[in-house]
Amino acid sequence: MAITNNKLTKEQYEQNFADIHPPFENKTAAQVEANRCLYCYDAPCTKSCPTGINVPKFIKQIASDNVKGSAHTIFVSNIMGAGCSKVCPVEKLCEGACVYNLLEEEPIHIAKLQRYSTEKAMDNNWQLFERKPSTGKKVAIVGAGPAGLSCAHVLSREGIDITIYEKESKGGGLMTYGIAAYKVTPQFCEDEVNYITAIGGIEIKYNRELGKDITLSQLKKEFDAVYLGIGVGVARQLDIPGEKLEGVVDAIQFIYDLRSKGYPAIPVGDKVAVIGMGMTAIDAATQAKRLGAKEVTMVYRRTEAEKPCTQAELDIAMLDGCEIIWLAAPKKLKGSQGKVKQLVCSKMKLGEPDASGRRSPVDTGETFTLDVDMVIKAAGQVPFEKLVKKYKLDNKNGKLVIDKNCATNIKGVFAGGDAVNGGKEVVDAVQAGKDGAASILSYLGIKNKE
Amino acid sequence: MADISSNFLGIKSPNPFWLASAPPTDKKYNVLRAFEAGWGGVVWKTLGSQVKNVSSRYSAVDYGGQRVMGFNNIELISDRPLEINLKEIEECVKLFPDRAMIVSLMADNDKKSWSELIKKVEDTGAHGFELNFGCPHGMTERGMGAAVGQDPEIACMVVEWVMEAATIPVITKLTPNVHSVVPTGRSVVKAGTNALSLINTIQSVTGVDLDTLVPNPYVAGKSVFGGYCGPAVKPIALKMLTTIAQDELTSKVPISGIGGVSNWKDAVEFMLLGASNVQVCTAAMKYGFRIVEDMIEGLNNWMDEKGFKILDDFIGKSVDTITHWEDLDINYHHIAKINQDKCIHCGLCYIACEDTSHQSINLAYGKPYNTYTVKEEECVGCNLCMLVCPVDKCITMEEHRVAPEYVNWVEWQKRGLPLNDH
Repeated sequence: MAITNNKLTKEQYEQNFADIHPPFENKTAAQVEANRCLYCYDAPCTKSCPTGINVPKFIKQIASDNVKGSAHTIFVSNIMGAGCSKVCPVEKLCEGACVYNLLEEEPIHIAKLQRYSTEKAMDNNWQLFERKPSTGKKVAIVGAGPAGLSCAHVLSREGIDITIYEKESKGGGLMTYGIAAYKVTPQFCEDEVNYITAIGGIEIKYNRELGKDITLSQLKKEFDAVYLGIGVGVARQLDIPGEKLEGVVDAIQFIYDLRSKGYPAIPVGDKVAVIGMGMTAIDAATQAKRLGAKEVTMVYRRTEAEKPCTQAELDIAMLDGCEIIWLAAPKKLKGSQGKVKQLVCSKMKLGEPDASGRRSPVDTGETFTLDVDMVIKAAGQVPFEKLVKKYKLDNKNGKLVIDKNCATNIKGVFAGGDAVNGGKEVVDAVQAGKDGAASILSYLGIKNKE
Repeated sequence: MADISSNFLGIKSPNPFWLASAPPTDKKYNVLRAFEAGWGGVVWKTLGSQVKNVSSRYSAVDYGGQRVMGFNNIELISDRPLEINLKEIEECVKLFPDRAMIVSLMADNDKKSWSELIKKVEDTGAHGFELNFGCPHGMTERGMGAAVGQDPEIACMVVEWVMEAATIPVITKLTPNVHSVVPTGRSVVKAGTNALSLINTIQSVTGVDLDTLVPNPYVAGKSVFGGYCGPAVKPIALKMLTTIAQDELTSKVPISGIGGVSNWKDAVEFMLLGASNVQVCTAAMKYGFRIVEDMIEGLNNWMDEKGFKILDDFIGKSVDTITHWEDLDINYHHIAKINQDKCIHCGLCYIACEDTSHQSINLAYGKPYNTYTVKEEECVGCNLCMLVCPVDKCITMEEHRVAPEYVNWVEWQKRGLPLNDH
């Protein structure tokens, strides 16, 4: 038992990390599916999309051979429509609401159709938006993730000059650094950022971190408004003994490394335990398995009914051969010679509903022990509490507090995305960016016709 | 098990499904395959003066992802030598004596040509003739085909020539490229034709290629009007058939129904409106001869369910239900009802009614599913919502008579009853 890298051959890595949702092979295939769409009025799919994409319209545009129009319909609501078509948990959003579900029929493959149009737009570099003449106004955006990019695009369209400060060396935020590689490749994320910024008027300054390389007061002084799309950062600690042992890693760090260093470079154990059952936990577990771990066990303190991931995600993990243990909370980690060897878990049972409305797990007093050589912690991420407190930004446990105009307590400083909601889907962040942009436009006295 | 055998002018076939005069019936190879597949009869592709065909010949209209909703062709009559056709017809008759063999004819426009052609074909043992007075392209420019069918007097003259020469039954095929098929129908019945068949194809342009900007079908940078057929023309064919079936004179002869028949249901509809049998082409050209299997089985099952023993039990049964508008009962009223258990909340009924009809559907907002209900007092019973609803029997029309008695438009005016109730 050991944590090692380079466990597989090049071919195995390629196979394991190939696109999990392959696109339509050709136009006919896309049109057959597009023609199945009923073209609902006030469509449930659109209402279930956080960005409100006019789904029936873009699908009918595929059917009518107006792919350019289709891509525009998507991007006008969601500039990250290409990425969202790959990472959105559509089974609980648009596709979950498709009326075909009510006929016990397969819902329209909305994501796959969305991918069809948006990929064509990106491959052909169709620039579907024209930037208005410069207004002379300047806005600083912190964070080149989905919220920041979405905000930047809306503002740039209105003739505002944008400077984005990004602490990493690439844009895309968690899209680039925090999602399973078999959903989106790092190359795709880079292409998407380039496609979005190709409208012009958006400069991204990389490796510039708020609080280290730049300060909020500096930005306030140099720009007419500031938008904070800083996301969430640190992985939540388990606060149990043994957490510092070698072999205990953060899921976000694990996925970040995997995406930035290449698969063969990433060490993985033979017996891996993953703590948590969110989307990130699934992404960590499946990718540990796909990197060559012999056994991967997912440990979650509640039952399947309360799981935060979708069924489709859980299915991926189970099909990958990951073991699932429900009602198990990590109690301590044991090791030898500084390396993690065992995970001791408390057996839980469900008690009264907690604040989230879900029944909360209660310790039964019994325990069990798993032999492990690697533990991946995916029990959620915590906001940049220190940073926001340093700038005296109103917050709730580090999550920024904004008013209905997306404004923070500091005049001219707006915020949105994970930094505010604590961590939701990419598509939620895109909408937050749009909302923020609308507020900034009215703050700057610019009419947004869209 | 019902008896679906057909007797058309004494020409017997095991079922009422014939292949229409067209490319599928232009040679022995195809016709034998059709008989092996189970077709009751064929109308051999039109024989007549020598022609030369062009390439390409067909084009189609697709709809909503379905291919060939409508089909058109610019092919002329048989371009094979007459002698070969005659020899092959004779061979087919011998190999399948229980199937109907009708030969379509279009001779040059003189009595001698017609009678010579008739004599030659009769020698093959064929059971009947169908006169092609309908071909809408190419032949018309030579004063043949539809050019004959569009002029009742010329049609009458040619039928008289034919009836003088023919000793086997004669069916006259009518062109739809007229204001009404009845005048030519009457004229040829008077001239002695034994039966009528309709419709031939409708002049059409199926579409324009948006890259070349040339309409279809494409022949060296040009196109011509073609003859339209297939599922798209069925409603037009049924209407024309009904006018022939309702006319005092033309209804006296048997009718062979043609125009978009693709399955047993279509066939039954033609027969209910007065056709004694049907002819099929486009559906076979799209899927091959095997479609006849379900036509036979479907017809049989339907007749058993309805208690019809032979075809004559239902042929023409719906003819009298098509009446004049002024004879309709104005006191009849029905109102849409949406079955909420079946509704999938697509909103198609709502938007159709709201934008284009009588604003009779109420939308109660829900996320993600709205609830749609009918405003009964506003509904005129137009059927639109039911027609656009994608779910079977989700929207039904419930009868709510305005008053019990039958009152038609004439009576309504006489009594001075109110107008514009909506």
